[in-house]
Amino acid sequence: MLLNGLKNDKVMASVLAALAAISLIVPLCNLLFAPDSPLYFSAYTVSLIGKYLTFALLGMSLDLVWGYCGILALGQGAFFALGGYVMGMYLMRQIGSRGVYGDPVLPDFMVFLDWKELPWYWHGFDQFWLAALMIVLVPGLLAFVFGWLAFRSRVTGVYLSIITQALTYALMLAFFRNEMGFGGNNGLTDFKDILGFNIQSDAVRACLLMASGITLILALLISRRVINSKLGRVVTAVRDQEMRVRFLGYRVENFKLWVFVFAAMLAGMAGALYVPQVGIINPSEFSPLNSLEVVIWVAVGGRGTLYGAIVGAVLVNYAKTLLTGWAPEIWLFFLGAAFILVTVLLPDGLLGFWRRHPKEQKQ
Amino acid sequence: MSVPALKAGQVDTRHGTILYLEDVSVSFDGFKALNNLSLYIGAGELRCLIGPNGAGKTTLMDVITGKTRPDSGSVFFGQTIDLLQMDEPAIAQAGICRKFQKPSVFETLSVFENLELALATDKGVWATLFARLNGTQRERIEQVLETIGLTGHRSRPAGILSHGQKQWLEIGMLLMQEPQVMLVDEPVAGMTHQEVERTAELLLSLRGERSIIVVEHDMEFVRSIAQRVTVLHEGTVLTEGSMDEVQNDPRVIQVYLGD
Amino acid sequence: MKANSFRWCSGAVLAVILMLPTLGLGQENASEAAFSAALSTLKGASMAERGQAIEQLAAVRQPRVVVVLQALLEGRLFNLKADDRLVIGETVEEGYRLIDAQSAESLGTAARSAMQKIAVTNNLRASLRKLIGRLQLNNDDADVRLAAVKAIGKAVDADSLALLRDHLVLEQDAGVQKAIKLILGLEQLKRGDKAQRLAAIALLKDQASRDVVNRLNGLVEKDTEGRFREPDGEVRRQAEAALASINARLQLYAAAETLFFGLSLGAVLVLAAIGLAITFGVMGVINMAHGELMMLGAYTTYVTQQLMPDSLGWSLAIAIPAAFVISGLTGIAIERGIIRFLYGRPLETLLATFGVSLFLQQTVRSIFSPLNRSVATPDWMSGAWRINDFLSLTWNRFYILVFCLLVFALLLQILRRTRLGLEVRAVAQNRNMAKAMGIPTGRVDALTFGLGSGIAGVAGVALSQITNVGPNLGQVYIVDSFMVVVFGGVGNLWGTLVAGFSLGIANKLLEPYAGAVLAKILVLVFIILFIQKRPRGLFPQRGRAVEG
Repeated sequence: MLLNGLKNDKVMASVLAALAAISLIVPLCNLLFAPDSPLYFSAYTVSLIGKYLTFALLGMSLDLVWGYCGILALGQGAFFALGGYVMGMYLMRQIGSRGVYGDPVLPDFMVFLDWKELPWYWHGFDQFWLAALMIVLVPGLLAFVFGWLAFRSRVTGVYLSIITQALTYALMLAFFRNEMGFGGNNGLTDFKDILGFNIQSDAVRACLLMASGITLILALLISRRVINSKLGRVVTAVRDQEMRVRFLGYRVENFKLWVFVFAAMLAGMAGALYVPQVGIINPSEFSPLNSLEVVIWVAVGGRGTLYGAIVGAVLVNYAKTLLTGWAPEIWLFFLGAAFILVTVLLPDGLLGFWRRHPKEQKQ
Repeated sequence: MSVPALKAGQVDTRHGTILYLEDVSVSFDGFKALNNLSLYIGAGELRCLIGPNGAGKTTLMDVITGKTRPDSGSVFFGQTIDLLQMDEPAIAQAGICRKFQKPSVFETLSVFENLELALATDKGVWATLFARLNGTQRERIEQVLETIGLTGHRSRPAGILSHGQKQWLEIGMLLMQEPQVMLVDEPVAGMTHQEVERTAELLLSLRGERSIIVVEHDMEFVRSIAQRVTVLHEGTVLTEGSMDEVQNDPRVIQVYLGD
Repeated sequence: MKANSFRWCSGAVLAVILMLPTLGLGQENASEAAFSAALSTLKGASMAERGQAIEQLAAVRQPRVVVVLQALLEGRLFNLKADDRLVIGETVEEGYRLIDAQSAESLGTAARSAMQKIAVTNNLRASLRKLIGRLQLNNDDADVRLAAVKAIGKAVDADSLALLRDHLVLEQDAGVQKAIKLILGLEQLKRGDKAQRLAAIALLKDQASRDVVNRLNGLVEKDTEGRFREPDGEVRRQAEAALASINARLQLYAAAETLFFGLSLGAVLVLAAIGLAITFGVMGVINMAHGELMMLGAYTTYVTQQLMPDSLGWSLAIAIPAAFVISGLTGIAIERGIIRFLYGRPLETLLATFGVSLFLQQTVRSIFSPLNRSVATPDWMSGAWRINDFLSLTWNRFYILVFCLLVFALLLQILRRTRLGLEVRAVAQNRNMAKAMGIPTGRVDALTFGLGSGIAGVAGVALSQITNVGPNLGQVYIVDSFMVVVFGGVGNLWGTLVAGFSLGIANKLLEPYAGAVLAKILVLVFIILFIQKRPRGLFPQRGRAVEG
């Protein structure tokens, strides 16, 4: 059912195929070939590609909200970070007594702050199933409460953009506080195991990449199914003529809320997959700039296509890796220029430009 | 009791009136768009609203459909349904639907999809997510496509239709919703003569089955469909009657032609 | 007749004015001679005669007398053996650095052996202290007198109390009088009989001083065995009542202080938001680079200070127009180069201007380094206005409050009174109509944007006086200033003012209970909830056009 009509959607099919190939070949090459072989991918590359895949998922989640629903959410990074923190909490509990202070239950930073017992919201996170549930529930709940308030009172356009930015900014400030119980400034790090396996080992890294790839593919297929459903058409209609949709008898706020929450859950999953691959989560993930970067991924790739966001996320992040390695000060110039050029010259992004161009030549 | 019992969810029109507006006032920053306006629409009636610009015609429609809250007055749908307690989707679902002055179809969706969205069915989020068209519904869409003469354009994006075709698509979307009250704002603006005639025919054929309120500036069109005409002026009802009566009313002439 | 008498009067006044300096000069010469004489007496006097010599010296009306007496008290007054002159020495590595006792002329350094110390006994020291205190109490400058009173208050004895009591009769300055009464009152409370102590408590009740609070607290405390330190119940009760009344006033001071801090934070917010209120409110353009335009203003201040390091005040005065021009021109460039192509697409404008903000940040980082630059504050802006022990207001924040109101008033006048203001309002209300009336909307857009950006630059100058100047300066304020504009109601300058001040005060009110960060979060959450309730802000623009 998820694969219906893929034949007629060549670009989507090829993006799916490429994703499948990456999530299979990269980890296998890393595990099967010797380090001196030309086909070998280093552990660094594996983690990097895994990271890109989680970013692609994050970008796609924003595309659902922005590209289809017309809500320019400047706080998508907040849901990503929340998912990441939930995963981080699980990984912290996995450390057990191997921390610097050797406390069997309390993570190092709590011992350091002289806390005597685990805060109530840390209980149960040594169980993977609970963490996995919370990865989608926590961002989903926040999105629900926030979206319910915002959409019901018809906050739209730039106002909504700005309060989503304020939301992530407020969360950043909150997570910087030690009293929040999430490690303050330093966040959560020094992870050892995931599901009992060493998080640093090649096999686990390969599995994490594969998991990211599979999650992305599934999320893409499900999102595509959603977009192709009548709900997808209602949402597109909301983007173009919100008032009109209301007069057709649809409760617009509920539709927006559904998409917003769904996207937040996807972003949470992306964050949860991101954290074990980079080994740290800290409050800077909540910074408004991070969320804005997500917007540029989607804008560069082309919004309203799902795969555009994926291509954009990978391209921009590849550029970021290259540029920050080569000359860090260039990166912000590049990012700034990307924002300006894409909005002024390429409103449909690179893929839109690519798709439209041959047509224009024909005419 | 001589009147038949009411089914659940049905609009109570046992007194023959489907829409009651009483003493409705709306003001924007001191400007009175509607001023103690009272208006009653009979069940199955086709009513034309005319009046110069700024008379309050569009504001009146905004009040009925829940877009604008009046400062005072009451608006009832049948005997029992207080429209002022409901928001736009609830009013639409209750059976009052509206065609806008400026055609506002969903340009990126196809003609068929536009009609599909308007289809009267469960419009909840989950129902919509898993919605699949059944045979009757598909048939209904085809039927409306035929009525509005857009069968050949079914899978084209609505954005590339001509102005007149967009007007028809809007009317088609109204039909899909199977409303009890249709509010039709300037249905024939930008239509060719033939299209105007067909619109008149369509509206006349719906009369009796549905209550229709038409706002129109094209007097010839109004004359061709009108039973009763209400003239609005400065937010209040100036006069009401047949087209002939209204046209010969000196006050109406003064309003339209000035002093 | 009248003209004559006027001429006569002015002639007399002129004569007096011309004579004044000569009179002063004559006095000065006389006291200089007396000073010299007294110094040589002191030099030659035996230990027994020194007391008299000191009295003689103290009688001379000359500002340096206090310096010499102070040196004598501290054992730094020497007789330079070679020249036989009195010098004041200051210990340095090679011995002593010397200055002439009479003329303050620098005499280079000398070894200890080249000099003979003018020694004083403990008795003499005591009288020296008193003399110095009295001399300072007679100083013309009220601030010096106040300092002297406070110095005496640190270690009171019977003599100094008598001195203060005598001086109180002569003292004209209210501040000094108050300080003396405080010391006398505290003393009376310590040593007086019951009636005197009760009177002292009644008197001290009105003094906002830490000493009073401490002393009164001492009266009502219990010692380790649970007994009251103060045996007299009546005194204790009065002390408690006095404490209660003082505490009530302290709360008032605390409230005033919170209000002031809130207003000054509000002023910063208003300054940051007011330019945005123009670009966002009047033009509907979201300018995410607004914070960076403020940053440019702050860096302009830094550069003007580097260019003219000797005159801080002037550099600040020059920085204000310079920042206005630089940020304003940058704003016009942004509008003409980018935003012009994006009218009617607010979300795209938001993204493009965000790109500009990154660009500007990195440019500044590349030119000035990523480190914070500190901008010096002129003297008249540093320090605080100490109203009493519990309430002091910092000058820089006070001036920023004033500055903010000035900028606001000026902007209001520009929009109300000038041709540009008229055109701006016309374009804001109905762009097409304005165009039809022949208003060059493109030029008005550019100028409006320039005006808003220029004000951002001016806000940056103000910010440079209270925070560090760095590439991230703008980012800190951007979310806040959007909140202010949105809270106040888009397109309403008064709304921006009210919103800025209320958010500033709300922030400072919450801070004592919640801490700075949590207060900020609470305010943000409040605004998020507020926008849900009133999406158009405190003072919404109403009307038919807005409804559509």
